[in-house]
Amino acid sequence: MITLADVHKAFGANRVLQGVNLNIASGTSMVIIGGSGTGKSVLLKSVLGLVRPDSGMITLDGQDVTAKGKSGADRDAFLARFGMLFQGGALFDSLRVWENVAFRLVRGAKAMPKPQARDLAIEKLRRVGLKPETADLYPAELSGGMQKRVGLARAIAAEPEIIFFDEPTTGLDPIMAGVINDLIREIVVEMGATAMTITHDMSSVRAIADNVAMLHGGVIRWTGPVGEMDATPDPYVQQFIHGRADGPIESVR
Amino acid sequence: MIAGTLGAIGRPALQALAAIGRLGLFAGTVIGHILRPPFYLREFGVALLQIGWFSLPVVGLTAIFTGGALALQIYAGGARFNAEAVVPSIVAIGMARELGPVLGGLMVAARVASSIAAEIGTMKVTEQIDALVTLSTNPLKYLVVPRVVAATLSMPVLVATGDAIGIMGGWLVGITRLDFNSATYLKNTVDFLEAWDVGSGLFKGAAFGFIVALMGCYHGMNSARGAQGVGAATKSAVVSASVLILAANYLLTELFFTS
Repeated sequence: MITLADVHKAFGANRVLQGVNLNIASGTSMVIIGGSGTGKSVLLKSVLGLVRPDSGMITLDGQDVTAKGKSGADRDAFLARFGMLFQGGALFDSLRVWENVAFRLVRGAKAMPKPQARDLAIEKLRRVGLKPETADLYPAELSGGMQKRVGLARAIAAEPEIIFFDEPTTGLDPIMAGVINDLIREIVVEMGATAMTITHDMSSVRAIADNVAMLHGGVIRWTGPVGEMDATPDPYVQQFIHGRADGPIESVR
Repeated sequence: MIAGTLGAIGRPALQALAAIGRLGLFAGTVIGHILRPPFYLREFGVALLQIGWFSLPVVGLTAIFTGGALALQIYAGGARFNAEAVVPSIVAIGMARELGPVLGGLMVAARVASSIAAEIGTMKVTEQIDALVTLSTNPLKYLVVPRVVAATLSMPVLVATGDAIGIMGGWLVGITRLDFNSATYLKNTVDFLEAWDVGSGLFKGAAFGFIVALMGCYHGMNSARGAQGVGAATKSAVVSASVLILAANYLLTELFFTS
């Protein structure tokens, strides 16, 4: 269970988060929607500790994740529970594909031998629909869709309990977006993982989400099960999911 | 009016102090991480190769031309008071104490600080640094420490090589253009060169290597977004590394040779 309580974060005069409250139950898939620049990424990174909130509390299973003074080992143990797919893939371009996927597996206290890690990486690559030949290529040799898949394989390689997806379909063609959406749904279900996705792609929302939350104006405007999303009278949600230019959300931002 | 003037003086001064503070904290944190595990030996090896080995040609070329020009200048200057014979020893002392480390350091700053800043800056911009953190890897340990240690250790070796090649450049010019006898030239070089001439230069080299890698990493890690951000980080890395090398050179010379 991930809980955010009254989380604030400002960058200079730009108050991005102004009191976010959100609960994500274990084993469910939460999708956060909202326009560009509304702070969705900041929210995600706050949970991981990549961004430190100005105030408010973020807890994971009741433990405060924003607490300062965490020792290195504690932090490693905390982060080991997470996997994250970055928007641009964020693959390490000095390392081969399999080394990217196996990055966490060959390091740290529970490091496994290289050949075993390589086999596991190839297994994960196959899971996301990539051939074993891809393993020895460098990220720069792959197409955008393939890089996303490698990023996905890396995110799930260590079988994390919680997986974050940062705009998983941005920059992909509709068919590839559909493939990635289905993969995310399958993987989350088969691993029983808790998922938190940020996107503005409504096809992703419908494919991935159990629950949806809309972030606007620094707060969660609306949250509920994906099935209730279409029926909600909230004008912000209605404008967003139908992509209308007219409505309470300013189209010029 | 007065407040405006004071502000115009105070603001840059505060910014400069804040930058020095941030840099000092960064340096302290990096040094703190050097001795604590985990150690990334593969990254260290790659950095050693990139920073040390591949800088040899540029340092060697710089040294040979500098040594040659130095011989010509000292000969011309020495001729004014019939002291042409000092060429071998002055070339050797000049290269070892001053020109080997400083010019070597500046060339390595241009080559290495820029590439480190551009590489780490691009990693920052493409979220690879964030990705490292989510994979339980401290970017300071994984990216910064190997580069800083490799530069600090390989610069003295580069300086020593540069000293030797620079002295050889002087010797080449001496025997081909200035009618020196080869054996006399070499004997004079060896006789008048003291161990501390070379040792102080190697020590300077280590300090300059640390500065170069630290500046590259610092500006890379603090790169702003986009291509422009990485470009600015690269520029700042080279400029600040070069200026700091020259400033540190003066301070170290003051420390070593005045008493």
